[in-house]
Amino acid sequence: MNILTITALNKSYGDHKALTDVDLTIPRGGVYGLLGPNGAGKTTLIRIVNQIIEADSGSVLLNGEQLSSKHIRNIGYLPEERGLYKKMKVREQLLYFAQLKNLSSSQAHEKVDKWLKKLDIANWAEKKIEDLSKGMAQKVQFISTVIHDPELLILDEPFSGFDPVNAEIIKNEILELKSQGTTVVLSTHRMESVELLCDHIAMINKSQKVLDGSVGEIRDQAKTGTFMVELLPDGLPFPAHWEMVRQQEGKWKFKALLEGREPNELLNEILPFGQVIGFTEMIPTIEEIFIQKVKETTP
Amino acid sequence: MRKIFLVIQREYLARVRKKSFLLTTILTPLVFPAILGLFLWISTSESGGDALRIIEVVDETEAFFLESNGEFAFSYSDLPADKAKEMVVAGERYGFLHIPPLELERPEGILFYSEKSAPMGLISELEGELKRKIEEIRLYDSGIDPLLIKQLKTNVNINSITLEKGGVEKASNSAINYGLGFFLGILIYTFIFIYGNQVMQGVIEEKSSRIIEILVSSIRPFELMVGKVLGIGAVSLTQFLIWILLMTTISTVVMGYFGMQMPQQQAMEMAGGEAAEQMMASGQVGQFLVAMQGIDFVALIFTFLFYFLGGYLLYGAVFAAIGAAVDSPADAQQFMLPVTIPLMASYFGLFIFILDDPNSQASFWLSVIPLTSPIAMVGRASFGIPAFDLILSMTLLIVGFLFTAWVAGKIYRIGILVHGTKVNYRTLWKWIKQSN
Repeated sequence: MNILTITALNKSYGDHKALTDVDLTIPRGGVYGLLGPNGAGKTTLIRIVNQIIEADSGSVLLNGEQLSSKHIRNIGYLPEERGLYKKMKVREQLLYFAQLKNLSSSQAHEKVDKWLKKLDIANWAEKKIEDLSKGMAQKVQFISTVIHDPELLILDEPFSGFDPVNAEIIKNEILELKSQGTTVVLSTHRMESVELLCDHIAMINKSQKVLDGSVGEIRDQAKTGTFMVELLPDGLPFPAHWEMVRQQEGKWKFKALLEGREPNELLNEILPFGQVIGFTEMIPTIEEIFIQKVKETTP
Repeated sequence: MRKIFLVIQREYLARVRKKSFLLTTILTPLVFPAILGLFLWISTSESGGDALRIIEVVDETEAFFLESNGEFAFSYSDLPADKAKEMVVAGERYGFLHIPPLELERPEGILFYSEKSAPMGLISELEGELKRKIEEIRLYDSGIDPLLIKQLKTNVNINSITLEKGGVEKASNSAINYGLGFFLGILIYTFIFIYGNQVMQGVIEEKSSRIIEILVSSIRPFELMVGKVLGIGAVSLTQFLIWILLMTTISTVVMGYFGMQMPQQQAMEMAGGEAAEQMMASGQVGQFLVAMQGIDFVALIFTFLFYFLGGYLLYGAVFAAIGAAVDSPADAQQFMLPVTIPLMASYFGLFIFILDDPNSQASFWLSVIPLTSPIAMVGRASFGIPAFDLILSMTLLIVGFLFTAWVAGKIYRIGILVHGTKVNYRTLWKWIKQSN
């Protein structure tokens, strides 16, 4: 079953179209990447799911139900623009956020203690945010997002502003939450971080969804049947229908196309030319697929 | 509802726990009397001994005698004018009053020389003194004995009594009413600005530290705004309560020290008789106390609290909207006009119309229009307000608050998520019109 079903969503700010007829289904479990350049409409989409703003038209279903204020409890949200009350103590602040998410006071206390221990900042519970290092404040920020055990976790540019060590800690926490069954929606314009984390992705460009599906499927579909071959030549001339990439130290490095054949058939064609020392299918990265898609959709 | 309460609680505790809250709460009631005392002390010490100012008087009519007082001493001589002027320049004399030969019907040509420009008070005092002398001389010349005139002079003091329905008589004293109206009006004016500003600062803080988006994913923006305004309102009430307690304690101690009874106590003892009889029976202090007794303090405090809260809530919502529309306190300046203009209008209205005549047309309108009524109505409160005016004004204030909160909510909801864009009145209007 899908945790989130978005149908024909539209949103404009004055004359500016932020979302145009966006359909999106996010399956339960796993990490869902929401990709697109800055200003594509990701944050607008996320804000609508978080009920911060309302869509002009279209529907959003959470577990098959029309989104309403009772679902605040089910969603955790880490916005791109985020912060904490600098003058408030860590524990107080987390308790406040937890109770705003509809947790009772005793539930809130329990969860706060659990998470402070888990992320190793229990000793800092009575310190004010302004006295904390940036990395520690980021941990507090992350806890505030997941304190109420949401089944849907929405992270907008989660790694921006995190130093590498803390980014790693947060990444591991995300993967752990995923393994416990939490659905994570991750929005980013940095594609390279996506391939490692995401199971599914959707790409948004200029207010429209241009592509979605599982990462494997998308990359399979984007394959062009091009192989990168490295070969020590036997003296035959280089055939014109292959594309030479580099020729150095008596080695050829070139691209060859399957053109409907099986890889072994291509290999058979190459073998007479010398000793094959490398034969790899060139699968485009998500970033390349994205750039390709953007080119296709922008006239 | 639970979430609004959570916000109120946070806003309240975050402020009340601050050291600065404790400090201002305790110091403010002490600072104002201290400043007043300092001025009094300076002014009394100024008029003492060494500060005595000598004024050289050259009176060519030889008809006037000015009596020296604590501040000025008059030295009489027939020095030539040049000589006297030199003394002034040399600093030996504070001033030089030259009275040339005069026609008593048209006394002209009297001159006062001084090195610095003469204080208004001194000139009018000299004028008054000379006028009195000239009148005395002229009365004498027309055959009336000045002594007789002195005997005939009478001081009149009208004691005013307000008649209430059912024939109850209440002593009133327009000076006390004026003073109370003045004091309470200024108090509301000041507090609306102080606490309204706190609301605005709070909103700007949440916006600039980027907490706001986390908050509004858990709570509706309108609830957040209402919670913030109410929370800070609760802080202000706490502060008031402490001040009232502090001042009652201090005044009890001070009055006890000077062997005076509390006015209320004395007034209580006097209660029972007809106000007029009490007035007749008692002297100056007694009259003051009876007039104080004539003021319904419970009603006054209730009116004050109602209008303070109503005014604060109405303007607090506007302050919240302003905070939401801008990125920093400096940007807020451009939107302060809708707040400052009605508040200034009520402030001046208080002096020009209300304290002058609390029942005039202008006073009526100022005290029923929600934007001006919080200040205007407490100015009228101590004079006694007709029930119709009060009910109308209170109803309109509640309606006004609901309306501004609704409009402010629309601006707030959109403004809090807008960063780094120049916002002007046109943008605000667009936000208000936007349906969601």
